[in-house]
Amino acid sequence: MSEDTSLKTTPLTGLWQGMGGRMVPFAGYLMPVQFREGVMKEHVWTRESCGLFDVSHMGPAFLKLNDASLTGDAAHAAIAALVETILPCDVEGLAPGQLRYTTLPNATGGVLDDLFVGRPKADADQGTLYFVVNAGCKEQDFAIIAAACAGKATLTRADDRALIAVQGPKAVDAIGNVGDGPKRLGFMEFMTVKGPYGEVVVSRSGYTGEDGFEVLIRAHKAEAFVRTLLATAHVKGIGLGARDSLRLEAGLCLYGHDLDETTSPIEAGLAWTIQKVRRERADFPGAVRILKELAEKPARKRVGLLPKDKAPAREGAEIRNLAGEKVGMVTSGGYGPTVGGPIAMGYVDLAFAAVGTELDLIVRDQPRRWVVAPLPFVPHNYHRKG
Amino acid sequence: MTTKYTKDHEWVSVSGDIATCGITAYAAEQLGDVVFVELPNVGRIVSQGDEVAVVESVKAASDVYAPVSGEVVDVNEALAEAPEGVNEAAETTGWFTKLKLSDPAELDALMDRAAYDTYLAGL
Repeated sequence: MSEDTSLKTTPLTGLWQGMGGRMVPFAGYLMPVQFREGVMKEHVWTRESCGLFDVSHMGPAFLKLNDASLTGDAAHAAIAALVETILPCDVEGLAPGQLRYTTLPNATGGVLDDLFVGRPKADADQGTLYFVVNAGCKEQDFAIIAAACAGKATLTRADDRALIAVQGPKAVDAIGNVGDGPKRLGFMEFMTVKGPYGEVVVSRSGYTGEDGFEVLIRAHKAEAFVRTLLATAHVKGIGLGARDSLRLEAGLCLYGHDLDETTSPIEAGLAWTIQKVRRERADFPGAVRILKELAEKPARKRVGLLPKDKAPAREGAEIRNLAGEKVGMVTSGGYGPTVGGPIAMGYVDLAFAAVGTELDLIVRDQPRRWVVAPLPFVPHNYHRKG
Repeated sequence: MTTKYTKDHEWVSVSGDIATCGITAYAAEQLGDVVFVELPNVGRIVSQGDEVAVVESVKAASDVYAPVSGEVVDVNEALAEAPEGVNEAAETTGWFTKLKLSDPAELDALMDRAAYDTYLAGL
């Protein structure tokens, strides 16, 4: 079988192929969906030990203020003001070394992407922001960011590097390979480390609900770093299949599925990503709809769903009330290996969003009884500084 | 007893006029961990190529087609409680359905083991 040569590779593609990864096209990249052990074992391994994921398809980038005369907090305030015209989160209020999860709303309050924005810790790096956006949204997002900062700041893509997620309760042991500093990071903090793998950006963040790190590393250093980690007993390479089941159990949105240009951050349950200072200023794209939904509640809401029986429901399954009327749609559905059964997320009309509400999901034309459940399905195990 | 195979990776094992049907080990391996199997009602009449069952892995749902025409006379209820049985023994105890053959001549057009192995080698 010949592989589609139009697909992009990552600095780790060859390693994954050599390890027996089942390679599939994903967001224009050739990526491992699973390894020989399969999604179920890979998922459980990540929850219990440490999974290593190649997420180099995503879009890391640095945005740097052009005006080099500004330093420290003044430089940060200047770059923050530029991107706050397009982001609804409090960028100015970021502490040095802090990362925030945010959305990129469109003018009507829908979501163009969900992303991370971070403020570097080092004094010398003030006036720079670190972004990580979704693979499928890279070109759009970078164009929007660049346009918002035209002439005042310069965006440098870093998607020629490798981005590696190390996730699970033993991730903190594995990360020692890049230096001691990252172990002391709190959840949603990041730092730049210089060490055996060159200059590496490490954040304490992830997409599994577990403690873990995401490591941005130069392409030519990536394989050596990954091989060193994989050589330790508690680290295994994990494919995108388990990445999806892990994030679904953790109740995290997948862009293009649980979030899109029609869903607002409020409907998605992401009001917490819009800090008070931004709500008061009401100066971001889509603010009219977003603030109205905050004040009056949205028409529909993202909910978790658990079945009464054992049949999974997949994305696109219609959700009906017990009178048989359509009240929503499943946006992510599958099997949760840690839950030990099917799980789903979807949007339902507000009247049906309360935990415990019984609904019918239509699976192969048959209604099957499900119940609205709290998210996440599996409690988050993030690292909090004690 | 004769066992034949389809290009969609179903197997059918015939004893008298009863055909036991399932998916091949290759198909089970490709699907990955099976988490749910939906089986037809006993008594349903199926034509060759009809969707007769559904097998779901962590990632996706896949149709299982009837390798031959006939009436469903039995289904493997054990798979409802233990769908992983498909991964463990796809071509024996992980069977899906037993069909009462309505057109045994259909079997002639299916692949024998050697032909199926050649087919797999070419995938």
